[in-house]
Amino acid sequence: MSIEARERRQPWILLSPALTAVVLLLIVPLLFIVVYSFWLRSATGADTAGFYLDNWKKVLSDRFYRDILFSTLRIAAITTAACALLGYPAAYFIARSRGNKLILLVLLMLPFWISYIIRTMSWINILGTSGALNSLLLMLGVISEPIQMLYNETTVILGLVHFLLPFMVLNIYVSLEGIDTNLEDAANSLGATRWQSFLQVTLPLSLPGLAAGGLLCFVLGAGTYITPVILGGPRDAMFANLVFEAIIRQLNWPLGSALSLLLLAVLGALVLIYNRYLGMSQLAKGLG
Amino acid sequence: MSAVTLTDIVKRFGNFTAVHRMSLEIPQGSFVTLLGPSGCGKTTTLRMIAGLLDPTEGDIAIGGNRMNNLPIHRRNLGIVFQNYALFPHKTVADNVAFGLKYRNVPKDEARRRVAEALELVQLPNLGSRYPKELSGGQQQRVALARAIVIEPDVLLLDEPLSALDANLREDMRVELKNIQQRIGVTTVFVTHDQTEALAMSDLIIVMSDGRVEQLGAPEEVYNTPATEFVARFLGASNIIEGTCTGIEGGELSLDVPDFPKLRVPRARAPHVTGAGPVKLVIRAEKLTVAPRAAAATDGFALDATVETVDYQGQSARYFLRAGRHQLQAINMIDDHLFAAGEEVSVRFRVKDCAALPHEGQ
Repeated sequence: MSIEARERRQPWILLSPALTAVVLLLIVPLLFIVVYSFWLRSATGADTAGFYLDNWKKVLSDRFYRDILFSTLRIAAITTAACALLGYPAAYFIARSRGNKLILLVLLMLPFWISYIIRTMSWINILGTSGALNSLLLMLGVISEPIQMLYNETTVILGLVHFLLPFMVLNIYVSLEGIDTNLEDAANSLGATRWQSFLQVTLPLSLPGLAAGGLLCFVLGAGTYITPVILGGPRDAMFANLVFEAIIRQLNWPLGSALSLLLLAVLGALVLIYNRYLGMSQLAKGLG
Repeated sequence: MSAVTLTDIVKRFGNFTAVHRMSLEIPQGSFVTLLGPSGCGKTTTLRMIAGLLDPTEGDIAIGGNRMNNLPIHRRNLGIVFQNYALFPHKTVADNVAFGLKYRNVPKDEARRRVAEALELVQLPNLGSRYPKELSGGQQQRVALARAIVIEPDVLLLDEPLSALDANLREDMRVELKNIQQRIGVTTVFVTHDQTEALAMSDLIIVMSDGRVEQLGAPEEVYNTPATEFVARFLGASNIIEGTCTGIEGGELSLDVPDFPKLRVPRARAPHVTGAGPVKLVIRAEKLTVAPRAAAATDGFALDATVETVDYQGQSARYFLRAGRHQLQAINMIDDHLFAAGEEVSVRFRVKDCAALPHEGQ
């Protein structure tokens, strides 16, 4: 075999284990879901195979699903904005600090060593009726009886921000790291104050990182299901909770499949829009 | 009046002293070079003038005004960075216009001045391009245009030529000097390249380990180095230990082992104060290698053997053994290239000899 032919084959040989896994564990199950979404669940509880549009009609026309989809997207958007506002200064601080960057980055990653569920549940110990904050306020005499702070949309957003903030910080950090610090010095020397040179130079050059972090936070936030279960009240269900409800509780696979495909389509469209304007390479940078 | 005055400047980073007590006056309109190897404190000094670093001690004045606590954006300086530091998301014209925005220059005038600056650096018609679409040399010119369009009090150049390839570097050297002379801006240039320093400067400040080794016009620094460091750093020099036996009639009598008795003009040894150990300095290009048989014309001759030949096209560098000394000679190649092992005669004239006091005296 010629060297060129070997070199052409090599990438495929190296990729084949990963490709096999992706096809078997992602593409094939997804196709099953697509097929399921056109089946019908009969009154007896048995699924009827075939090509029925009933699930899709229900999913697309029922106001209940639409409202929860919109509220899911709204929660994801608020979470993303909060992550951006909190994450940018932190990322800037890490990128501009001298010497101890590695320690700061390890500290940033540290929460990932603890289970996401445990981290989410830790808020119950802080905000619960017998939690740290209520105890403190009672002790200080600010309040006379515990306040119910948990189980509402705000705590869901709080939990999501807690979970997603590192992703945002990392993405912004990577793009800030790529900006030559001489650029700010140059802007300053030309007469811009530090704030002006940040707005004119650093911020626009870090927008790709901000956008990549935003996309990750939004997609992960909109697809979350654990956080509303742990920190939300009965009315704070997000879209993924509907899927869980349909498939696990009601054993209605066809309906659950259609619901999950709808969420996939909405988030997929968002990714496509992002890719159209900013490209996937920035996202790869932020994850690497 | 001096444009920039440094008074007893000291810069420490923790326990490390980057610049030892340094005082300096840079005359209005002059081209001054801070020359030295990396880590000698030249860039630190430049960054203190720029306001990018605070001096630990001492005062910096520009145009007679103390600058110490004035933030960089109010100093009115033009800085050209080694990597140009052009704003990648702005066009060439927007890059050049950047400083004018903060000076309340009306739009029409700003457009005219940007065009003039681009004209001056010979890049008209490129205003709508982005920096990444330009070659290194063009980016360099844009950086220069951006720095001079604001009519700075002082132009600071931090190794601006080092990222260019050799031929372009020589062209830009000439052009940069021309532009500087045309607009007459006081310029502080940082480089480790002695050729650039000699070619461009009105005044060279040779620095080593955070100290000024010598300050003077290019010829002065080149011909009468104040220290062994300067003699070694600027060009290739032969530095040979000897003894000064006395000074009389404007000449030093030198006794150097294996050399004939030398009488060096006092002007070539301004830093030697009296009899004692000295170092004889002869530039490599002032040693002439000749065939052993040919009769000596004027000056002195030593018998030597060629050890190594470093052929450079129009010239050659010979490493020679003359008694206990190893000598270097850089000669133009007329017709004969001497070969390793050849027995030759090395000639020099006494007016090309300089003497330095022995270090530690």
